[in-house]
Amino acid sequence: MSSHTGSFYENTGKHKGILAWILTTDHKRIGLLYLYGIMIAFVAAALLGLLMKIELIAPGKTIMNAKLYNGFFTLHGITMIFVVVIPGLPAVFGNFLLPLMIGAKDVAFPRLNLLSWWLFVIGTLVAISSQFLAGGPPDTGWTFYAPYSFRTGTNMLPAVMGAFILGFSSILTGLNFIVTIHRMRAPGMTWFKMPLFPWALYGTAWIQLLATPIVGITLLMVVGERLLNIGFFDPALGGDPVLYQHLFWIYSHPAVYIMILPAMGVISEILPTFARKPVFGYKAIVISTMLIAIVGYFVWGHHMYTAGMSSTALLAFSFLTFLVAIPSAIKVFNWISTLYKGSIHLEPPFYWAASFLFVFMIGGLTGLILGSVATDMHVHDTAFVVAHFHYIIFGGVGFSFFAAIHYWFPKIFGRMYDKGWATVGWITFFVGFVVLYTPMFYLGIKGMPRRYYDYLPQFHGGNILSSFGAFILIAGIAIIIINLIRSARYGAKAEANPWGGTTLEWTIPSPPPLENFDEIPTVTERPYHFKQN
Amino acid sequence: MSQTAAHTEHFDATASKLGMWLFIFTELLLFGGLFIVYSVFRFNHQSAFHLAAQELDVVLGATNTALLLVSSMTIAMSVSAVQYGHKKFTLFLVSLTILIGLVFLVNKYFEWSLKIQHGLYPGSEVLHGLGNGDTLFFGLYFFMTGLHALHIIVGVSILGWVLARVAHGHIHATHFVHLENGALYWHLVDVIWIFLFPLFYLIT
Amino acid sequence: MDNHTSHIVPYKTYVVILLALLTFTALSILITSYDLGPLAVTAALLFATLKTTLVLLYFMHLKFEQRLFGIMVAVVLVVFIIVMVITFLDYSFR
Repeated sequence: MSSHTGSFYENTGKHKGILAWILTTDHKRIGLLYLYGIMIAFVAAALLGLLMKIELIAPGKTIMNAKLYNGFFTLHGITMIFVVVIPGLPAVFGNFLLPLMIGAKDVAFPRLNLLSWWLFVIGTLVAISSQFLAGGPPDTGWTFYAPYSFRTGTNMLPAVMGAFILGFSSILTGLNFIVTIHRMRAPGMTWFKMPLFPWALYGTAWIQLLATPIVGITLLMVVGERLLNIGFFDPALGGDPVLYQHLFWIYSHPAVYIMILPAMGVISEILPTFARKPVFGYKAIVISTMLIAIVGYFVWGHHMYTAGMSSTALLAFSFLTFLVAIPSAIKVFNWISTLYKGSIHLEPPFYWAASFLFVFMIGGLTGLILGSVATDMHVHDTAFVVAHFHYIIFGGVGFSFFAAIHYWFPKIFGRMYDKGWATVGWITFFVGFVVLYTPMFYLGIKGMPRRYYDYLPQFHGGNILSSFGAFILIAGIAIIIINLIRSARYGAKAEANPWGGTTLEWTIPSPPPLENFDEIPTVTERPYHFKQN
Repeated sequence: MSQTAAHTEHFDATASKLGMWLFIFTELLLFGGLFIVYSVFRFNHQSAFHLAAQELDVVLGATNTALLLVSSMTIAMSVSAVQYGHKKFTLFLVSLTILIGLVFLVNKYFEWSLKIQHGLYPGSEVLHGLGNGDTLFFGLYFFMTGLHALHIIVGVSILGWVLARVAHGHIHATHFVHLENGALYWHLVDVIWIFLFPLFYLIT
Repeated sequence: MDNHTSHIVPYKTYVVILLALLTFTALSILITSYDLGPLAVTAALLFATLKTTLVLLYFMHLKFEQRLFGIMVAVVLVVFIIVMVITFLDYSFR
């Protein structure tokens, strides 16, 4: 039986109290710092979403006017994208688990890791300040499209600079993980003996590294427009607003792969454990991961089909978009094949992983409708798009995040949560999710635009249903979070390997000691080496 | 991670260098975004860019190019010097590199002052009056050379720190990866200018 | 302790490379006196690429490092170039 004595919680090193947290260089504490920050941001942004859904429960003004609504969806997007989902899995579970899973004592650059967290905090605060300064909250949407983003009187500079700083945090995390994976794998852990979550983090890290600078410079150009009138995106001065969109999406499309690749990595860890079976097609999953990372750079134009690009561009982007769907599909096939003839153990992590498959598929398939130019023409900027990306991001990353927390919770906190409540929370969340987002597909096809606080009367029914789902979803989130918080304090003590996993993190105590391993292990087996009966 | 573990483990120089190269990639992409903007507007305003470039002083630009190339050589040589154990020569080479970097900045200051005096700066009435092509050319000129100059300042600072470490013996023949990394950063700054120079000064 | 299989590059090599770089710079300036039309950009970029290659291989030591570094540089450059090309699929055909 493990207890908290001798774990990393007890050993604070040279700092005491709060300083032992905010000045830590221990990857495990840094992972937890990110967890707390991200959960707070997630809840706040989710409540913004709930308020938006309350506004949309009836046509016309319900609880807020248009200006307020614009500010709400902008803040909701900025928070969810830049503060919650992009850092999300890498910052929390990557930081905590990566060294454990490859048999290392920490990441390659622990102090740089701390700097990443501080940049995360500072960037978030700078972005939030945009809500309170004179000028008013930004109303451009999280995409900051030019020319409005440099013409609006609202507080663009703090929002944009906040995103810039957050981007820097992301870059440094990616840099750290790449070097860690290259240089610090345990003896015997060759590249193809490395588990799939580290592989996912590796692909993700390259995207963080190479794509983020592009949005960084683009945001600086927006600053240049606002402060210096340089004219790159100003049609009156010869600039091109579509060029802004190109530059913005050259990052922001790969950004969704920053979001989803680690999520897929989590699923690749959970399914073998709860099917007691090696993952099907390990190498195919590795190759698919790297393919998604690379081809994902070349599809950004599918966000811009109606912006005025050449037909050559439309064709090229549509083709490439369909191409990038293939490796994702390969992974889904492999996951399902992993379950086939497996010995399924029904536990909360498995429920989340299985429901991930469902929502990810719907998100992915609706993505094909959007990837095809002809159909996208009709649904671009409608509720259909909103439903698609919530299915794939919130469904994909969100479900995976909850799967991860329910899977690694015992390892991280040394306690087990109440599985009954976890299951109730999952069901409530899942039902709420489907009721909230599914009507939006229909509403979008019928023509309801996105980012509007009002709509035509024929959309009322669908909106009532959708908003009702939002309440259920929020209830589910509340149940889950309350259960986890209570269990972290009062849950039954957990052993080293409550799920019977085969990867290295399960060979050390729960919670782990300060330096993870008494002795760095030598790896001889491939991961997921379950004996098949 | 505790402090004690760091002392008992071997310092991984390759990891340090790899980290620096990865950071360099981010800088390349950062400027890469601007090169994309340049390419698009150059494509759309060929003759205007051609004419606007004639406002720039090729001699000054070429001098700055030559200066940076020399400074790249000196900092590269310093890595060999430290490995040979030639401490004084190492200090000399790093200092020379820093000095050249400062001269570059002084030249830049004069170049910019001249333009600004003639009313050629982002947002100016004069510039907007000249038309879209000129506006974009000079917008790009100031933005890109400005960002580059910022990186020169950062580079000079990094080399200053490296210089101090060499002087105090923290960087020496068997532990010099921080000098290598500083040098790599400086070469990056040089490479960016290798592209900036022809694209702004030589398209006449 | 650095784990270096220390191949120290002689000073002379760096001087030679510098002379080559200065020569290419001079050539790139001289070539502007000829009207190459659309090829002017290509010529300028060609010289810049040549100079950059020398800086990468010798000054930045890529020629003497593990293969991994060279592969990474190549991948990054290829990705960037493809992004540039795709962007021009829009602008060249509008």
